[in-house]
Amino acid sequence: MKLRTVILAGTALAFTGSAALATDLTLVSWGGAYQASQKNAYTDPYMAENAGVNVIWDESSAEAVAKLRAMNEAGNITWDLVDVVASDAIRLCDEGLAMEINPDTDLAAAPDGTSAADDFGDLLVSECFIPQIVYSTTFGYRSDVAEWGGKEPTEICDVFDLETFPGKRSLEKRPINNVEWALLCDGVPKEDVYSVLETEEGQARALAKLDTIKDNVVWWSAGAETPQLLADKEVVIGSTYNGRLFALIEEQKQPVKMLWDAQVFDLDGWIIPAGLPEDRLAATKKLVKYATDTQRLADQAKFISYGPARKSSAPLVGKHATLGIDMAPHMPTDPNNAKNTFLYNYEWWADYRDDIDAKFQAWLAQ
Amino acid sequence: MANTRGAAVKYDSVQKSYDGETLVVKNLNLDIPPGEFLTMLGPSGSGKTTCLMMLAGFEPATHGEIYLNDRPINNVPPHKRGIGMVFQNYALFPHMTVAENLAFPLQVRNMNKAEQEEKVQRALEMVELGAFGNRRPAQLSGGQQQRVAVARALVFNPELVLMDEPLGALDKQLREQMQYEIKHIHESLGVTVVYVTHDQTEALTMSDRVAVFNDGIIQQLSTPDDLYEDPQNSFVAQFIGENNKLSGKVIDIQGEECLVELGDGTQLKADRVNVSAVGDQTTLSLRPERVEFDTHDSMDNLVNARVEELIYLGDHIRVRMNVAGNDEFIVKVRNRGEKRTLNVGDTVPLGWALNDCKALDAVV
Amino acid sequence: MSDTTDGQVLTTQDGKPLKAALAKALRREKLRALLLIAPLLIFVLITFVAPIADMLFRSVENGIVAETLPKTAFALREWDPGSGNVPDEEVFAALYGDMVVAVGEKKHTRLGSRLNYEQSGISSLFRKTGRRIKRMDEAGPFTEQFLDADKKWGDVSTWQVLKQFSPKYTDGYFLNAFDAKRGIDGIEMKPADERIYMLLFGRTLFLSIVITLACLVLGYPIAFLLAALPLRTSNLLMILVLLPFWTSLLVRTSAWKVLLQQQGVINDFLVWTGLVSEAGRLVMINNQTGTIIAMTHILLPFMILPLYSVMKTISPTYVRAAKSLGANDWTAFWRVYFPQSVPGIGAGAVLAFILSIGYYITPELVGGTSGIFISNRIAYHISSSLNWGLAASLGTLLLVAVLVLFVVYDRIVGIDNVKLG
Repeated sequence: MKLRTVILAGTALAFTGSAALATDLTLVSWGGAYQASQKNAYTDPYMAENAGVNVIWDESSAEAVAKLRAMNEAGNITWDLVDVVASDAIRLCDEGLAMEINPDTDLAAAPDGTSAADDFGDLLVSECFIPQIVYSTTFGYRSDVAEWGGKEPTEICDVFDLETFPGKRSLEKRPINNVEWALLCDGVPKEDVYSVLETEEGQARALAKLDTIKDNVVWWSAGAETPQLLADKEVVIGSTYNGRLFALIEEQKQPVKMLWDAQVFDLDGWIIPAGLPEDRLAATKKLVKYATDTQRLADQAKFISYGPARKSSAPLVGKHATLGIDMAPHMPTDPNNAKNTFLYNYEWWADYRDDIDAKFQAWLAQ
Repeated sequence: MANTRGAAVKYDSVQKSYDGETLVVKNLNLDIPPGEFLTMLGPSGSGKTTCLMMLAGFEPATHGEIYLNDRPINNVPPHKRGIGMVFQNYALFPHMTVAENLAFPLQVRNMNKAEQEEKVQRALEMVELGAFGNRRPAQLSGGQQQRVAVARALVFNPELVLMDEPLGALDKQLREQMQYEIKHIHESLGVTVVYVTHDQTEALTMSDRVAVFNDGIIQQLSTPDDLYEDPQNSFVAQFIGENNKLSGKVIDIQGEECLVELGDGTQLKADRVNVSAVGDQTTLSLRPERVEFDTHDSMDNLVNARVEELIYLGDHIRVRMNVAGNDEFIVKVRNRGEKRTLNVGDTVPLGWALNDCKALDAVV
Repeated sequence: MSDTTDGQVLTTQDGKPLKAALAKALRREKLRALLLIAPLLIFVLITFVAPIADMLFRSVENGIVAETLPKTAFALREWDPGSGNVPDEEVFAALYGDMVVAVGEKKHTRLGSRLNYEQSGISSLFRKTGRRIKRMDEAGPFTEQFLDADKKWGDVSTWQVLKQFSPKYTDGYFLNAFDAKRGIDGIEMKPADERIYMLLFGRTLFLSIVITLACLVLGYPIAFLLAALPLRTSNLLMILVLLPFWTSLLVRTSAWKVLLQQQGVINDFLVWTGLVSEAGRLVMINNQTGTIIAMTHILLPFMILPLYSVMKTISPTYVRAAKSLGANDWTAFWRVYFPQSVPGIGAGAVLAFILSIGYYITPELVGGTSGIFISNRIAYHISSSLNWGLAASLGTLLLVAVLVLFVVYDRIVGIDNVKLG
């Protein structure tokens, strides 16, 4: 009798074990504080509510586009949900590597009944893209530069002003954002920037403006570089993602301030890889619907200073989970910060990126 | 290669230690007259190679001075000593041809091209390799490489040539042939040669004098025949040629003679070489070919021995016998063609002369 | 048995030709040898030969236009780009037919991003047209409907790109890799402000040579010392040489940043000693100097190890022999020791050079703009722009460059003069 009980119990355990294995989901993100905020706000509560689901994290978002293409060619998709920036989502969608989603059925409506499509609004920049956060690329500067004689930069064009604000700058090693800022500071009105950039003369004009500070620029390729360069006093002013600057200023207490002018909004969100098997797709869809509802997006802002992509989440943003400071003033979407913002044109860059990138790199190399 | 005279070498109280704790060479004093062929013979670790390396300048002496033609050379770097050297594995430069190898010492002496070529060719002819100048060392046989090494050590007319076990890598036949060649070259050039080897045959056939090394000390320095006939101690007797040892105690001394009693009570007369007083322990040394089976009463020593083993060797027969409890006693019997009736187990009388039996220091 | 008389075929005792019998006897041996190396052979084929073949193929492969727009590609054969007119209604009708199918399969955007590499704007043209295609009138006429969807369909250049890239194979990627393109009059160089790849190839080769030389100059004395020391000591020092292998590449590179940057340790020290002024702090990173320093550090073990293992085999008696023959220290080294260490230099230099020519992480992190390599662009096209065709052609050129250098090396030094130990 005893033996039979043991065997039965063992069989039962084996069954629950295999059932748990069946719902492993692989989520791909950027690692670091950002991935931690996603884990805290989305997947930990979700796993608490859905015992059978097990989330595995992969920190490969930086190479997600290439890896998804390779997986697609090999016919073996091992990822279920991938965090990418909007421009990558557009490319993945164009390449047929990401699945198109229907906001009305795949995403949750706001608590007041507003449809997901309306709640996300313009931020649904691609048929495949589920927006999550709004972040901005903006400038931080050291507030203790002796040569500046007590002055501090207040507008974007101060970055190009080497006389008033001498010292090294750090800029991203790619044309996006840099050429827009260059044209704005060369006197092109905001609304004409992209039509000017479409022309050869416009491109040359942007690079000529960048030429004026080229010798004083340190070019970065990873978001962590500018905060480090600012902390080491290697540069006095530099562009990076606002969340990185928040961490530098509020968590590491460095003498650095934010320059909220002509900040460029960008989006980060999820895509579901095309070609997932039915069962995994269903489990993924259920998770993503939960993870992008109004409350979850607002929760994420407790852990990192990026704005929720839903309009309905904004009023729910509270205090930082550990620092206890009010997060709303640190959001790129806060009215005080968003007085002069710049809208990143995804469609336009999808068209012109290859060309301008080639010119930009040739210019850099000279 | 018109060297008429060699150089004189003198070691004066030379000591050498590598680790500061043990002496590898203990107080070496040695005079080598010009033109002599001197061999340093000894087992490995006896200090002979170290002595050679100090002379060449590759090892500094810890104490003492070495003189070359009466000039102290302790502070002269190797390349300024003008000493030719033949190394154990020849050390021919593998990336140069034979002719380039030979021209090397002439080039570093800035000799003009024509003279170089002439000297190289003459040196090659001396070792009978006139046609091999354009070969690489790896394309030559061991004996040919050996000759090139000798030619290279001589091509710049050194007064002194050092040879560090130069024949060790050759097979037996070639080794014997090279021994004669080196000997002849030495005789025709008149250079001083210091030769290091652990092979006693080599030492005996080639040298004017042989210095037997052991334990950092020269055990005996003499001509080859003296070395064989009159060993000064048990080590030399044992190291040079074949030797029968009998241990005993001195019971009487009469001038240059002494009487020794073996373990079993047998008493033998011996030439007193290395014993000082009655009661000393001693080792008797006796060459196998000096033992006679045809005994007669007038012989100095007579013993009975039991035949243990017979080994047929063509020109002679080796007989292993038991003499006074020592069953490693060897006797050589010339093969005269007549049937000898020696059988294993026989007990036969043996005899030998007093002068063939040397009373040396006791071996522990 | 068989005799060796002239002209007679040697046979075995039962009359078979001796050569055939020998071959048969050796066949088993050969088969067994083949079986022994089979695992490695298969491994190399799968992991090395196949990917390289695939890469070579990708650099010319261009089936996407003919596959996505088969009818259009066919209809465009008749059209002459030199005429200055857009194609006629027939071609637009074919395009409509193709696009309906392509949109149904969601392939049109993929084609758009492919052709966008050749001409900016085609990506959005296809995306936009794809959205409009369902609303078009199936009955035609199509020319106006397409022009209405996007006026770029009225540009001759759009059609010219379509026609030029409709064959299954293209030289476009390679032309691009040579900073060239195919204009209306044939192949021409790109405008000066877009030329980058030849500059980067040249720089990659130049910096790789400098790095290899730096490795040699720094590594040779170390290897010499290691080979001369007793085994116990040299093993200990060897651990120090190998130590960099055990730390992550990123950690090492970041350490160089801390050391070399303008507010870094070295500059601080120099300012403290008064060798440089506060304003004159040296720029040693984010430029070629940074790349050379960091890469030399990383590749140094690859130079030292083969040098060491070759030097270890050079008997010290050669130098002694040279000295006994009258050569001073320098002559003995230069004429006798150094020539024998050349195979180690060859192996070390080839290793360091090949590794450095393909590096991209370190140049990306410390190279700034003047110290980056061609590999950085290849990585960009693989992982960021997804232009794998261009990446493949750049990779192929790099491969060819390395092979050419190998041949040159073989001619000058001799490939058999390379020894790893």
